[in-house]
Amino acid sequence: MATVGRALLIVAFAVALYGIGASLYGALRGGRAWVDSGRRAVYALAGVLTLAFAIMEAAFLRSDFSFSVVATHSSTTTPTFYKATAAWSSQEGSLLLWVWLLSIWSSLALALTRRRVREVAPVATAVLMTFASFFLLLTIFYASPFATLAQPPIEGTGLNPLLRHPAMMFHPPMLYSGYTLFSIPFAFAIGALVTRRLNAEWIVSTRRFALAAWLCLGIGIVLGARWSYTELGWGGYWAWDPVENASLMPWLTGTAFIHSIMIQERRGMLKVWNASLVLATGTLAILGTFLVRSGILDSIHAFGASTLGVPFLILIGAMVLGSVGLVAWRRADLRSEHQLDSLLSRESVFLLQNVILVALCFVIFWGTFFPLISEAVTGTRASVGPPWFDKYTVPLAFVLVALSGVGPLVPWRRLTVASVRRGFLLPLAAALVTVLALVLVPGAWQQPKAAAFAGIVAFVLTSVGQELWRGMRARQASAREPAPVALAGVVSRNRRRYGGYVVHAGFAVLLLGVAISSSFQHAKDVSLRPGQSARVDGFDVRYVRATARAGAEKISLGAVLDVSKGGRHVATLRTTRGFYPSQDVSQGIVGRFFGGESESEVGLRAGLGRDIWAVINPNLEPLAPIIDQGNRTFRTAMVAVMSKGDSPRTLAQLYALRDAAVVAVAQRFVTRPWPAQFRFIVSPLATWIWIGAIITFLGGLLALWPAPATARRRVTAGYAARVARELARSAP
Amino acid sequence: MDLLIVFGVVLAVVAVVGAPLRGRARGLDPEVAERAELADLEAAKEAKYREIRDAELDQRTGKLSEQDHRMLDAELRAEAIELLRRIDGVRARSGTVG
Repeated sequence: MATVGRALLIVAFAVALYGIGASLYGALRGGRAWVDSGRRAVYALAGVLTLAFAIMEAAFLRSDFSFSVVATHSSTTTPTFYKATAAWSSQEGSLLLWVWLLSIWSSLALALTRRRVREVAPVATAVLMTFASFFLLLTIFYASPFATLAQPPIEGTGLNPLLRHPAMMFHPPMLYSGYTLFSIPFAFAIGALVTRRLNAEWIVSTRRFALAAWLCLGIGIVLGARWSYTELGWGGYWAWDPVENASLMPWLTGTAFIHSIMIQERRGMLKVWNASLVLATGTLAILGTFLVRSGILDSIHAFGASTLGVPFLILIGAMVLGSVGLVAWRRADLRSEHQLDSLLSRESVFLLQNVILVALCFVIFWGTFFPLISEAVTGTRASVGPPWFDKYTVPLAFVLVALSGVGPLVPWRRLTVASVRRGFLLPLAAALVTVLALVLVPGAWQQPKAAAFAGIVAFVLTSVGQELWRGMRARQASAREPAPVALAGVVSRNRRRYGGYVVHAGFAVLLLGVAISSSFQHAKDVSLRPGQSARVDGFDVRYVRATARAGAEKISLGAVLDVSKGGRHVATLRTTRGFYPSQDVSQGIVGRFFGGESESEVGLRAGLGRDIWAVINPNLEPLAPIIDQGNRTFRTAMVAVMSKGDSPRTLAQLYALRDAAVVAVAQRFVTRPWPAQFRFIVSPLATWIWIGAIITFLGGLLALWPAPATARRRVTAGYAARVARELARSAP
Repeated sequence: MDLLIVFGVVLAVVAVVGAPLRGRARGLDPEVAERAELADLEAAKEAKYREIRDAELDQRTGKLSEQDHRMLDAELRAEAIELLRRIDGVRARSGTVG
């Protein structure tokens, strides 16, 4: 089937090229048939790539090691779930995933807009197909998922142990969905600029895709953070790693875009800004893919160091130059139709928020690419660490979160003194009470920034709560419904508004979790024997007993820990370190079972108040002499068996003895335990990071979910009738 | 077998992509610009209705006083009327019936 896969990629490439040609020809000649044919080429591309992707997946599930990508990223002992998802741990598979997702989202976008944006859509189709052609070119000539091996191995290398985590398996598809969905507003923006259709229609048509991109990318980022927290064994969730930053940058500019397009929709303002933002977001999305796939910057997440750098740089260069050129070319058409009515209005808050988001993006961009910049200027590669990022991003995050509370309180167009009094009084009081209450908490004032941030979060939550309350009361007054029905009614009729408010509340909660857990975190690195204890932030952590388990996939050495406070049992934690077998035969017949890659299973007791986190890092040095002895014994036995030409049964018996020996070696960690290294962390409110993320994404989903068509028509018809009456009265 | 599968896929692709080009040629589409202008104005009209609705909700939730809302509502409705006039203009030009 590898031959079919290769042929399908070539067919897909030809379809993509045809799609570009047909769409552009149709756009230039005004021929509907050619435009329709170009659009259908996108559907056909999605079909062909679905088939190609299915072939690759089937190869992984069947452990078909004649596929090079399967042999190097899976094995027969890999669990089925991870076999299915191992495809995107590889360079080749992830490129195919990228272009497949692009074809699916592009088909959806073009199908939904086929009766609208008719001038813009053909150019957008050509842009989307250009992206598809680029990625298909890479999968055909640079990193083919259907490359085969002349002599397939009996066993594959296996999936990178660090990637054997449920979050990491969904993280790439979510990130790539975000990146590819951002390509849609990017492509329509290019289409709008080329055809000079720069009013609100292209924005209305692609707004949901921008929101869906923001949602998917956000979920992908949070899944990556969760993976880091529970898998990497260092206890953190964000390290300002280049690949993490690469996904955050388009999310920030995308956040700015989905706010500022509301101003263009309503007032015809900020057209240059919006066009620039969406073009920058699309380019940053490709940059994100480039950083993961090129290995140009050192990162724990950059699993593919490769030769893809040059083609990506050419694409990014073309995107930057093309975007700047187009905006400059159309600057006359991008003039605002209105001016700001007042500096105190929701429009101004959005503008300020946009500036903060772009500033954050710029800071992160500078810090991420500083190693390359410094190397270009001084010849030495220097990098900046988390303290540098924190220095600039923390103050900006303060202002950003405060604005997310101010925004819902401020009306469009202008703010009056009376509405300031009505809107701001309660949230400000809540902020003040929170800060004053924290004065009473022992130790809280040792971190004044965290206390101040808690005040800002209280302001945001009260502001959102007040808006929901007032909306519900207004609905109750007009519809005479019970409170829960009225709340559901007002939210469901104004999903975009209240979905946005819920996002603001969730984001504030998420950042509160970040601020408090990092400011008041207690960490301890200790070496303990079974029976010994360590004290962390008032908790006694006792190493109860060692554990060992040897399976076909890995050997796990671990510990059972008892956590107590003041003599009262709090939790039992289990943490292990998994050692995967190495394919390197020079490590010896027994030694290779301990010499491959390793990963950590964290012991975690998550709670609303605090997380208690533990990880073990067993030292294998004491096992070295016994492993060496095992290597020698089995080598001698193996040579004897081979030289005598004994039956396969004898060889199988020898392998069974070897497996028993490996289990016995691992069991020494339990029977004759030696001190193991541990890291214990107590983080207050860390769980609120994940709760905040869930609230944020539920809010995003609410804003994204379309209102029922009947409700939309009823509401629009009501206002249309009113305006029509006005029109009839004012007619000459 | 492999060849047959690929051939089948190519045939399916040609059928899907080529369908609009077969049969009656639809030729040039001279009204595309007017339809696009109309679509732009319709989008602006919908956004204006949404603004009117948001202003009403702002008033009901206390963000706008009765007087501020009256002024803003009148302003918004005037803008909506202007959009309706422009839509009628485009429709009259292209002979489209509402």
